[in-house]
Amino acid sequence: MLQSNGLQNDQIRALATHSARPKVLAVASGGGHWVQLMRIRHAFEGCEVSYVTVHDSYRAQVPGHNFYVVNDANRWSKIALMKTAARLSSVVWRERPDIVVSTGAAPGYLALRLGRLLGARTVWLDSIANVEQLSMSGAWVGHSADLWLTQWPHLARPEGPHYAGSVL
Amino acid sequence: MIFVTVGTQGHFDRLVRTVDEWAGMRGKPDVFAQIGPSDYRYENISAERFIDPGEFRRRVESASLVIAHAGMGSIITALELGKRILVMPRRASLGEHRNDHQVATATRFSEQGRIEVAFDEQELSLKLDQLEVSCDQDRLDPQASSHLIGAIRTFIETGHVRLDGDAL
Repeated sequence: MLQSNGLQNDQIRALATHSARPKVLAVASGGGHWVQLMRIRHAFEGCEVSYVTVHDSYRAQVPGHNFYVVNDANRWSKIALMKTAARLSSVVWRERPDIVVSTGAAPGYLALRLGRLLGARTVWLDSIANVEQLSMSGAWVGHSADLWLTQWPHLARPEGPHYAGSVL
Repeated sequence: MIFVTVGTQGHFDRLVRTVDEWAGMRGKPDVFAQIGPSDYRYENISAERFIDPGEFRRRVESASLVIAHAGMGSIITALELGKRILVMPRRASLGEHRNDHQVATATRFSEQGRIEVAFDEQELSLKLDQLEVSCDQDRLDPQASSHLIGAIRTFIETGHVRLDGDAL
């Protein structure tokens, strides 16, 4: 009873703050990260979703949504990272998402950090490719994400990441 | 047709060269390879450096067998379209990737019986001979597990989610 009252209050607060549908910013770099993001997009139904990735050729897979391309980056190239961060800042500022979701890698890490600065809730789903240890980006950003998920039960920890199934 | 793919990042000539030699030895005319940023001239197969995501999916769809690096984009797409996939993981010691996570991914997925794995060139030729006559398998659901979709959706809607028995 208490639990369901809590949820109702949250929902009322959410409705009061955002009269429109929740705005989701969904971010993934190329290849497997993008494929995994596509496999969870059903979770965004009823939301206003904008996508951010690193190849313009993915645009056709998400017709009708705002779509942004950023350059790919990794932690070995500081200049590329700064460029990506600058571009993502303008995307996050423009979209003002309620929720930022990423399946990795570096652009997702940056988007979660920037989204959080503007008050968005954040979700990090670590790639299913990381079967022995979490990704570096995930390990860095996970503790500050509101929902931090791994796709392998043996990598789950009580303080996070948590396991709630996989994209397969 | 046999479709070979090394993904969107670095080349992986060790894989493609082995398939090229095998195709020459066995007289297989119908092999297409997406080879990444490689300058290697292949003799027995047709090759392109990159193809767009739409063509990628069409190539997988029409393939009798997919041969790939152990990247999740390739693996998930093949499973979604119900294709047999034989992967060879990239190795950090040979400069093919930054770390050996593809070896771990390949090992874990082959233990689950979802994919075929060759850990070196010799095993790759051997498995190519075995798998050559292969039929399609069941297609993967187009979405992630309902548990995962449900967890993310609940989090978007309420800001809470119940995982591992603990409320977040």
